[in-house]
Amino acid sequence: MTFFNKIKNLFTKVEEENISELSQKKVKLHKGLEKTKSSLFKKISRTVVGKSKIDENDLDDIEEILITSDIGIETTLKIIEKLEERVEKDKYINSNELNNILKIEIANLLVNNSDIIDDLDSEKNDPYVIMVVGVNGVGKTTTIGKLAYKFKKSGFNVILGAADTFRAAAIDQLVIWANRVGVEIVKQNMGSDPASVAFDTLQSAKSKNADVVIIDTAGRLHNKVNLMNELAKIKSVMSKVIPNAPHDVMLVLDASTGQNAIEQAKQFSAVTQVNSLALTKLDGTAKGGVVIGISDQLKIPVRYIGVGEGMEDLQIFNKEDFVDTLFTN
Amino acid sequence: MFENLSEKLDKAFKVLKGQGNISEINVAQTMKEIRKALISADVDYKTAKEFTASVREKALGQEVLTTLKPGELLTKIMKDELASLMGSDSATINLSSKPSIILVAGLQGSGKTTFCGKLAHYLKIKNKKSPLLVACDIYRPAAIDQITILAEQILVDVYKEVDNKDPIIISKNAIDYAKKNKHDVVIIDTAGRLAIDEPMMQEITNIKSAVHPDEILFVVDSMTGQDAVNTAKTFNDKLNFDGVVLTKLDGDTRGGAALTIRSVVDKPIKFIGTSEKMDGLDVFHPERMAGRILGMGDVISLVERAQQQFDEQEARKIQKKIAKNTFGFDDFLSQIQQIKKMGNIKDLAGMIPGVGKAIKDVDIDDDAFKGIESIIYSMTPFERSNPNILNGSRKKRIALGSGTNVPEINQLIKQFSQMSKMQKMMQSGGASKMMEMMKGNNMPKI
Repeated sequence: MTFFNKIKNLFTKVEEENISELSQKKVKLHKGLEKTKSSLFKKISRTVVGKSKIDENDLDDIEEILITSDIGIETTLKIIEKLEERVEKDKYINSNELNNILKIEIANLLVNNSDIIDDLDSEKNDPYVIMVVGVNGVGKTTTIGKLAYKFKKSGFNVILGAADTFRAAAIDQLVIWANRVGVEIVKQNMGSDPASVAFDTLQSAKSKNADVVIIDTAGRLHNKVNLMNELAKIKSVMSKVIPNAPHDVMLVLDASTGQNAIEQAKQFSAVTQVNSLALTKLDGTAKGGVVIGISDQLKIPVRYIGVGEGMEDLQIFNKEDFVDTLFTN
Repeated sequence: MFENLSEKLDKAFKVLKGQGNISEINVAQTMKEIRKALISADVDYKTAKEFTASVREKALGQEVLTTLKPGELLTKIMKDELASLMGSDSATINLSSKPSIILVAGLQGSGKTTFCGKLAHYLKIKNKKSPLLVACDIYRPAAIDQITILAEQILVDVYKEVDNKDPIIISKNAIDYAKKNKHDVVIIDTAGRLAIDEPMMQEITNIKSAVHPDEILFVVDSMTGQDAVNTAKTFNDKLNFDGVVLTKLDGDTRGGAALTIRSVVDKPIKFIGTSEKMDGLDVFHPERMAGRILGMGDVISLVERAQQQFDEQEARKIQKKIAKNTFGFDDFLSQIQQIKKMGNIKDLAGMIPGVGKAIKDVDIDDDAFKGIESIIYSMTPFERSNPNILNGSRKKRIALGSGTNVPEINQLIKQFSQMSKMQKMMQSGGASKMMEMMKGNNMPKI
């Protein structure tokens, strides 16, 4: 089924389902969905409409899909402009071709990613250090559990560092994960200095010849200066134990986050230099489109995606699959 | 720190003085900018469209016609509209029963447990209640430990069953415990769940049926984007919650989800979370949220910086000159330049200050002003201000300089004087007289 047929079916389905109460509510809400020339980005209309079988309504649909995926105004505009450039160059195109061009242009904005596991080397002297950061509630600790499982399964020796010494039971939470996966964990009491925990963890990892160290940090809002400074301190302490540590600062983002994710990425990058993103909770209905703009503007790759609360629910980010999902229900 | 509406509206505001009103054309462009700004604030796509449409209605309404600062008024209309949409309901919770049962639900990581602690603390201190926290999240590692620690911090009792994997039973037992121990409020914390997770949504529906809560609160992370529309709908369909709690507002997110949720399920926002600490609970203020969504931290600068093609002072200056008969070619040039900046001359021709709509139907094409401009540029500044001194030799010089001829220059001078007369007539309210003049004299092309 072509992309536009899919979209058209979406809307026909809404009109057809006039029976149940639920869909009556849907229809009420959709009343704002008149097919008027309401596109936010008029520019594309003339070019594309003139050179293809696409009409303005289809273009409104594209715009809606991109926006409702949290891609954001700026990035959507960029995508549509690129689409327009391509269409201008090419000859008369049909909806399938437009569909493909659109997906390619979006994928082009996503920086290439790699799996950390490819960078792990048991022969190396120093452990590979991952520092996991992010705002409150995004899924840092759960992601660490999943990463620990992934590396352990491949035969690597993993040590966790419970440097979230602030949140109630945060240390207990990570201990449970360590036990589930079967890896060691370094911790102190709640309220202790997170930098000290990080220091201890790296020391321990070095002496035990661990392959990977993953440091959990407390969730913190990026606009809180003292908390961001604390993060910088944790990072700098690490490099004193193992040069070049942390090798990967992983920013965890919740897929349902809106445009604020871009600000998060910018602020965290400014303080610690973010090397990779982990996009969580993609098993929900949120599309996580905001990573496209982050990838394009800040050149940070998305390494992993979280698709559930179990230890196996971690996947390597695949940009083509991700883009395809933007266009499915 | 983040883009705000004022910066976007800078580009969009093209205010044409005319009779001092907001006209159809520039409103449409401004509305698009507003819609974009709302979407950038994470208001969902459809709500942004609908909201913008309702603001547009008001903007074109009669009340707006005589304002001198349409930009400021438009902003005010938007803010008021937003605030009224999100507010006006009672933000109180139902505490009439003994015990009053409050069920807290939401997605993973939204801040339910922290909120439960804050609510218990709030009710204890402010309402002198004896709350009981209930640990019904049996999935998340250390969830029970988490709420237990919070309970200890605020000196509130907590009910838990560490080996029981059935939240429905736990919640029922908790109510019994509350009654036996004279707790007058029971706050049930539940596991985070996805709206599309049917078994989990069934579970919370079952908890609801088992305990018959007096209040069901849906906790939402204020930085939620477009997906807010889906989760709010589904949770509301299944639970028919009484109110919303918006968390993590100490961040810098614009919080458009607040408008989305209100618009989509029409339930009030009762509380906001403003810090991780137990006293970080606030009542929802719709006007403040409205300002936040619109990014109106600096509404004063918005008004000052709003781009006006015809700014007030400029318009007044010209009107004075017309009245005094000192309206010269330089003023005309300035008018032309302002018009050109606006784009489609045909659409906007009728909006030249002092001339009014009458000229709108006259056939003027985009290049109409090219010739005029080149002639005026070939005049000296003195000539521009004092067109009456243009004699034969001056006209010849100007013709040479502009690549035109003397008859064309004569034509421009004639047109110009007609236009000045029209403008003067308009100012003195002689609209019909001006129409008479118009009928007899088409504006010829150069």
